[in-house]
Amino acid sequence: MSPFQDIINSQNPARIRTNIRNATTGQVKALLETVSSGAVPRSEDISILVSPAAGELLEPMARLAKAVTLRRFGRTIQMYAPLYISNYCSNSCVYCGFNIHNKVNRRTSGPGEILSEARLIKNQHLSQLLLVSGECPAEAGLDLLEATSRDLKGMFPSLSIEVYPMDTPDYARLYQAGIDGLAIYQETYDQDLYSIVHPAGPKRDYQYRLGAPERGAAAGFRQIGLGSLLGLNDWRVESHYLMHHAAYLMKHHWKSQVSVSFPRLRPAAGGYSPEFPVSDQELVQMICAFRLMLPDAGLVLSTREPAELRDNLIGLGITKMSAGSKTAPGGYLDEQGQPAEGQFNVCDDRPVDEVARSIRSKGYDTVWKDWDQGFEKQP
Amino acid sequence: MLKPLIIAGREIRSRLFLGTGKFSSSAVMARALEASGAEIVTVALRRVEFDNPQDDIIAHIDQKKYLLLPNTSGARDAEEAVRIARLARAASGWNWLKLEVTPEPNYLLPDPVETLKAAEILIKEGFIVLPYINADPVLAKRLQEAGCAAVMPLGSPIGSGRGIKTADQIRIIIAQATVPVVVDAGLGLPSHICQAFELGADAVLLNTAVAAAQDPVQMARSFKLAVESSLAGLEAGPMSEGEAASASSPLTGFLR
Repeated sequence: MSPFQDIINSQNPARIRTNIRNATTGQVKALLETVSSGAVPRSEDISILVSPAAGELLEPMARLAKAVTLRRFGRTIQMYAPLYISNYCSNSCVYCGFNIHNKVNRRTSGPGEILSEARLIKNQHLSQLLLVSGECPAEAGLDLLEATSRDLKGMFPSLSIEVYPMDTPDYARLYQAGIDGLAIYQETYDQDLYSIVHPAGPKRDYQYRLGAPERGAAAGFRQIGLGSLLGLNDWRVESHYLMHHAAYLMKHHWKSQVSVSFPRLRPAAGGYSPEFPVSDQELVQMICAFRLMLPDAGLVLSTREPAELRDNLIGLGITKMSAGSKTAPGGYLDEQGQPAEGQFNVCDDRPVDEVARSIRSKGYDTVWKDWDQGFEKQP
Repeated sequence: MLKPLIIAGREIRSRLFLGTGKFSSSAVMARALEASGAEIVTVALRRVEFDNPQDDIIAHIDQKKYLLLPNTSGARDAEEAVRIARLARAASGWNWLKLEVTPEPNYLLPDPVETLKAAEILIKEGFIVLPYINADPVLAKRLQEAGCAAVMPLGSPIGSGRGIKTADQIRIIIAQATVPVVVDAGLGLPSHICQAFELGADAVLLNTAVAAAQDPVQMARSFKLAVESSLAGLEAGPMSEGEAASASSPLTGFLR
């Protein structure tokens, strides 16, 4: 069991809700003062920044978030793209297009197809690649991921994965093969809700998933990405747990850089409609809150969000963006016939160069490359 | 007259070194470099596309004019730092190196053990090594013994702009130094530069203070002036600092 589970168990959900609900604008202002003086807030202060009271002070929060981001990251945005390898999945997550019960076109890309797609991505200057797959080890298991990363590592200075959770030795194999980052979202930290939205399949194991980030860090991954799927649960409460998870990892796995993503549920096959929709205003509050709590963490925004909102969030906490994304295996190939089903519908479908232009027009520079696998120890 | 700044046998014209990260574009970075008057310019090797001869950052730095001091930022241990340095030299022939081993990605504080280990290896391989270190006088001595061409103690964490919080330690490093001491990291304002030189630093290195300013080019110019002002003040021979006001007509004058 992850020691972080003990931290989760020690939390009192009723008190968390009360703290969030009862936070005052006076507390928010005092906390903003603390942050602007350069002091580091305590993890539990997240409750104040995600409170309804803080929502009333969004403008000063945003100003401070912008200043903090500028100091640590300068005027830059990192760029990446996902490459979906397979949409086969043995899980039945109620919100996901890859749900085993959805009657959709399934596909696992072969090595040749993956290479072709990778080249198309690389030709758009993207150098940070995220390999994504549903949970179906028989279709897209460790061997395929390992072979894929060996194939691609010469082409991409940085490779990450967003796949099913694994044990440390398996993560270590992928690290050795050239993967340097792991994204694995808990989806929701609420254990009861987790069981409801993951009714069957291996993903039902809340604890195993919860421990995945630290198993990945123990295997050596440089980047660990966390997130809650926004819309499943009250985002304010999720933020509290997510913050504690990030703080726990930073303390115990101090050589890995933690990043936080803000995936809002998008329409997908299966037609799930979010129980707790998160408005734009609330999303911005959450992003600003995490920036103020974690001045050094990468904050990631994908093409799930519309172009206009993404443009407006440049510099306001967000430091990393995907662009030109396709969310189905084979999605970049633009083939004739029946394409495979995507995980969700992309909202910002602008091509990469258009996103880059937009970033530059905001006075920010695009960072394509930020590491090089050649720098790593070779097995 | 101040003695010229000589690092590894090369006379360095400007005592202001500038970093190239965090700028809104390489064009702005190039203008800021120009305005700063810097000669030594650091570049994060992890951001350089070695397979691209038109790499955006490198293309904007005129290597006839500037001495490139590539850095190993992002290295988590000595082995990675050494690999980064070797790859960069193999690709581009760069021999000068700002050694950074920062395993902790948040405060980016340097690892003293791994830094020393890497320095020993790289110096044997012929690199000119300038290590980024915490303001630790004994570590500075160890690195000098290992053959480092300068030491670069931090004023406060990278990018914090908090100024020199390690003044007492830096003073000891300078007092004991046999190589130039470059105060690096944490400098946010022109006044911080003055403080560094008044402590006796040989040079300063800046990045965020310029790149994150509203007008980076203007800020680069202001830092250049701060360096000039500090050095002119030192050359002028400052008065000594007294405990209290001293009367122009001495009270014990009658004893003469």
